[in-house]
Amino acid sequence: MDFRGYRRKTGKVGIRNHVLVFPTVVCSAEVARMISEKVPGTVYAIHGGGCGHVGEEKEKVVRTMVGICSHGNVASVLLVANGCEVVQPELITAELDKLGQPYDVVSVQEDGGTPGCIEKGTKIAAKMVKEAAKAKRESIPLSELILGCECGGSDAFSGLTANPALGIAADRLIAEGGTAIFSETTEMLGCEHVLARRAVDEKVAKDIYDIIAEAEARAMRGGVDIRGAQPSPGNIKGGLSSIEEKSLGCIRKGGNTTIMQVVKYAEHPERKGLIIMDATAADVMNDTALLAAGCHVIVFTTGRGTPVGSPIAPIIKVSTNSVLYGKMKPNIDVNAGSIVDGEGTLESVGQEIFDKVVACANGEQSRAEALGHREFDIHFDMLV
Amino acid sequence: MKSRAILIDTKDNVATAFQDLTKGETVTVSLAGTEATVVLTQDILFGHKFALSAIGLHEPVVKYGEAIGLATASIQAGQHVHVHNMESQKGRGDK
Repeated sequence: MDFRGYRRKTGKVGIRNHVLVFPTVVCSAEVARMISEKVPGTVYAIHGGGCGHVGEEKEKVVRTMVGICSHGNVASVLLVANGCEVVQPELITAELDKLGQPYDVVSVQEDGGTPGCIEKGTKIAAKMVKEAAKAKRESIPLSELILGCECGGSDAFSGLTANPALGIAADRLIAEGGTAIFSETTEMLGCEHVLARRAVDEKVAKDIYDIIAEAEARAMRGGVDIRGAQPSPGNIKGGLSSIEEKSLGCIRKGGNTTIMQVVKYAEHPERKGLIIMDATAADVMNDTALLAAGCHVIVFTTGRGTPVGSPIAPIIKVSTNSVLYGKMKPNIDVNAGSIVDGEGTLESVGQEIFDKVVACANGEQSRAEALGHREFDIHFDMLV
Repeated sequence: MKSRAILIDTKDNVATAFQDLTKGETVTVSLAGTEATVVLTQDILFGHKFALSAIGLHEPVVKYGEAIGLATASIQAGQHVHVHNMESQKGRGDK
């Protein structure tokens, strides 16, 4: 099965054709926003990173920025530097050069402060928009599509309706030869033995044990025992009988296929199929990690409701229950509460999610896109 | 008509209640051509599980197509399955 997308010089494929205005550091974030707002056809992604990073955290931030700036949904990128930040634009442009991603750079310190940088930046961005408009959609097999699977604001229905339905959609895409990534490592706690059994080889099984042990150790270092009372007395009262059951309700959003690889935050998978990313459960920062790793579209299940979107990709919302759907209908793309209502089944909603993913890949806007949601942030630990 | 319970994976030997169910009710769940009907032998609260078939002592309780724990007693079809008759293979947090 095919979708209509863009083929990029980088070898990546895209489902959007954005010109991205991207600050290399929080200090130039507002200048980037002001440039983008002056040039129709551009998007901006502002964040709090770019300075004060060292060691692995610096690598992670640079990897994330490179992943976003060279994303298949991004036709070209205008980097807006301040000038003295840790993440010097060259750290990003060196990688963009290797990939063949079109870019340009402006600098607040070198281009005449805020007004000069805006003036230069708007001219460049306007040219980029003209150039990007030449790109045409073409037929691309679904095997090249990467789906991000996320849950946030979960409720008692999440593990029964929306997550298993999303899992069916993920299985379906993988059956087409495609890729799905799920993350939120803390939610995998207690079912590492179950996940490891689904690993393609011993290396992947070991990686699964390692990232879950590290998530636990990190929490312990912070003085928090996150495994101690799992499932909690409230969980048990609600019907959850074991930590395996609780975690499986979260990870079922990735479906039930063989786990092919474990990747780091914002790291591109080398294999197709089902991938685990070792990343935070904080929604927007997790979206960023999934997108930087190459996800073209994210399906986000929610029981409590969330409006978040992304500057560069469609985020599709699936409600777990019909009460939420009634309250936040304008934000919800698919209502898995129909399974409880008896109007849908796991299979029919799974199919509905899969169809919505393909429709969005073909250019249809998700609710979050149409409403103008552009949330973005990068996860990092500040060590200095 | 509102659905009363859900089967999440065809390999599962338990289903989960979508609403409070009463002893004596006949409940049918189905997924991808697999169908199971049981008469509940106990009240089952929303979010709680009941057995779709007999589960022997130390046999796995299967939900999401995976073992979520092992039976600590012999369980009959239609019976409530929870911490009183199954146990995590990773230990319990509350004891």
